[in-house]
Amino acid sequence: MSNIVLDVQNVGKSFVSYRSNLSRFLRWFGLPVRPVHEYWAVRDISFTLHAGEALALIGQNGAGKSTLLKLITGTLRNTVGNIAVNGRISAILELGLGFNPEFTGRQNVYLSCGLLGLSNRQIDEIIPAIEDFSELSEFFDQPLRVYSSGMQARLAFSVATAVRPDVLIVDEILSVGDSYFQHKSFDKIRQFKQQGTTILFVTHSMSDVRALCDRVILLDNGKVLKDGPPDEVVDYYNALIADKENAKLSVQQRRQQDGWLLTRSGNFQAALKSLILMDEATQESVETVRVGQRLVLKLTAVINDNIPRLVLGYMLRDRTGHVVWGTNTWHTRQVVNNLKTGDEVEFFLRFTCTLGPGSYSFSPALVSSDTHLEDNYEWVDNALVFDVINTDKNFFIGTSWLDAVFQISRR
Amino acid sequence: MKNMLIALWQYRHFIKSSIRGELKARVARSRLGTLWFVLHPLAQATIFALVLAEVLGAKLPNIENKAAYPIYLMSGMAAWGLFSDILNRCLNIFVEYSSTLKKISFPRLCLPMIVWGSALINHILLLLAIVVVFLFFGHTPRVTWFVIPLGILLISLFAFGMGVMLGIFNVFTRDVGQVIGVVMQIWFWLTPIVYPYEIIPQNLRWLAEINLMVPLVRIYQDALLYNQWPDFTTLWLPAVVAMSLFMFSFVLFRKAGPELVDVL
Repeated sequence: MSNIVLDVQNVGKSFVSYRSNLSRFLRWFGLPVRPVHEYWAVRDISFTLHAGEALALIGQNGAGKSTLLKLITGTLRNTVGNIAVNGRISAILELGLGFNPEFTGRQNVYLSCGLLGLSNRQIDEIIPAIEDFSELSEFFDQPLRVYSSGMQARLAFSVATAVRPDVLIVDEILSVGDSYFQHKSFDKIRQFKQQGTTILFVTHSMSDVRALCDRVILLDNGKVLKDGPPDEVVDYYNALIADKENAKLSVQQRRQQDGWLLTRSGNFQAALKSLILMDEATQESVETVRVGQRLVLKLTAVINDNIPRLVLGYMLRDRTGHVVWGTNTWHTRQVVNNLKTGDEVEFFLRFTCTLGPGSYSFSPALVSSDTHLEDNYEWVDNALVFDVINTDKNFFIGTSWLDAVFQISRR
Repeated sequence: MKNMLIALWQYRHFIKSSIRGELKARVARSRLGTLWFVLHPLAQATIFALVLAEVLGAKLPNIENKAAYPIYLMSGMAAWGLFSDILNRCLNIFVEYSSTLKKISFPRLCLPMIVWGSALINHILLLLAIVVVFLFFGHTPRVTWFVIPLGILLISLFAFGMGVMLGIFNVFTRDVGQVIGVVMQIWFWLTPIVYPYEIIPQNLRWLAEINLMVPLVRIYQDALLYNQWPDFTTLWLPAVVAMSLFMFSFVLFRKAGPELVDVL
C-alpha cells in the first residue's frame, strides 16, 4: 500500500461569537469566558488519502467544502481533530491572489512564488517553465494591469502548478481561460496525479468529478453524508438535490449484482410500476440487443395522488456514466395533464439501437415539468440495464453506430 | 517565537518583493516617481512654515536664525511621519489583505514587516531630502546627526508594537481604526512639533511629561536643529514601553492568530 499523504481525523471547525469583543480578548489570556454562540461549519470529518489519489468534495453551497479546504491548506485552524500532511501542499483557492497590477508578469511570478515560500534561486529555475506554460509571450514582461482576465488566470495557474506538490488543493478553478487552456490545465492536474500528487478538489461540475476522481465525499451541513466511488455519490447527490425541492425526503441506493448502482428518489405521487425493454417485432422482453435492432421501451406509471401534470424523462448512460442521450415529454410537447389517483399511464419509446457494443442503462424520471426540481415524483438512476452486442455489422468502436460507409476511389 | 522568526526568514523574498510592490504602487505611472515620497511631507512642512512663521510670526526662543523654525518643523514632522505612517498602516494591514489571508497560507507576520520595511525606506528617502533642504538653508550636517538611527529604531518599535496590537483589535472591532484616526490628530497637536516645548503653559506641562512621543520627537529636533545629543535620561521610559509593546504585540499575535482569519 502506498504511503498516506493526507490524514484527516475527526476534524471540526466552529466559529464562535462572544457577548462582546472584550470577552474574546480576555479568553486569549486564559480567562474562562464562554462563547455565546457556536457554529460548526464542519464536524466529524475523517478521511485518509494516499499518493496519487484524487478526492472530490461536492455538496450544496454552505455545506462546508471551502472551509474544509481552508483547514487543510492551513489558513483556518481546526477547532478539534487532527490534520496531518506528509509533504508540500499547494492550494489554488483563488487565482491571482497577491498579484500586483503594476508589476510585470515576471515580477509577479517572483512575488507570488515568494508568497508560496520559494526562494529567488528556486524561482529562477522554474521561471522558464512558467513563461512557457502560461503562453503569454511578449505580455510576460508587461505590467499585469494590461492583461485580460483570462491572461491573468493563465499566469496564476502556471505559477500555482509550477512545482509539483505532494498535495494539490483546488477550489473550482478548472473553468479558467478559454477551453484550450482549460484542457491544458486539466491535463496538468492529471499529469500530477500520475506522478503521485494527491488531489483534493471542490467542484460543481459532475463531469469533472467523473473524469478525474477515484473518490467523492458529499458534504451536507458540515458533515460527511456519503463517501464512496464517483458514480455512487454523484447519483446520490443528484437525487438529493431533487429531494431538497420536494419536502418528503427519500433516497434509496443499492449496488446491483452487475455493478450498476440503482438510486431511487421522489415523493411517489406518481410511481414507476414497470419498465420493460422489448423487441419491436416480437414484443418480447430482451436484455441483450443487437446493434441496429428496433426496440420498444415500455414504462407503466401508476398515479398515487391527483397531479396536474406528468412528464417522463429518460437518460441513457454508458458504463462510465456519461450521458449518451436524454430527453423528456416536456420537450416533445407530450405532457399528460390532470391525472387522478389510481390512474395508470403507459409510455412507449420506440427507437433503433444505434449504440456501440457495451453495457447501457436507462434512468427514467417522472416529474411535473422541464426539470426535476419542481416536483420529483420518482427518479430512478440506472433502472434498466441492457447490453448491446455487434452481431451483423462490421467492427467499430465507440458508443454510437453511425451507419457510415466508406467510399474509396483509386486513381 | 523562534518558529515565527524562522518562518519570516523563509519568506524574506516575499517580504522584499512586496515592499518593492508597495513603493511601486504608490508612484506607479507618475512622472516624478519616487520624488513624490518626499515632496508631500516637504510641502506640508513648507505650508506650516509659511503660515506659522511668516504669517503668525512664530519664532523659536533663543535662536535668531531665520531658517531655524522650518528646520525645527521638518525634523519634528519627519519623526512624527515615521510614527504615524507605520501605525496607520499596521492598523489596517490585516483588513487590507483579508482575502489573501483567507486563501493563502503564509506567515501572517510578513504583513506588518512589509509595512515596516516600506515605511523605513520612505523615511530614509525623506531624511535624505531634508538634508538637501538643510544644506540649502546653510545648515550643514554635524556629528550629532548620527543619533538619528536610534530615533528611527525607537519610534518604529513603538509604532510597530502599537500598530500590530491595534491592528489585531481592529480586525474584531473596526471602531478601533476610526478612533485611532481622531486620536492621532489630537496626539499630533499635543506633541511639540509645530510649536516649541517652551511655550506650553505650566499647568499643561504634565501632558507633555506623560506623552512618550515628546522625547522621541525631541531626538530629531535636538540632533538636527540644535546639534545636541539627546538627553538619554528621558529616553529609557519610551524605550522600555516601546520594547514591551513590541513584545506584547507578538504575544497577542500568537494568541489571536487562529481567530484572526475566522472573522475577516
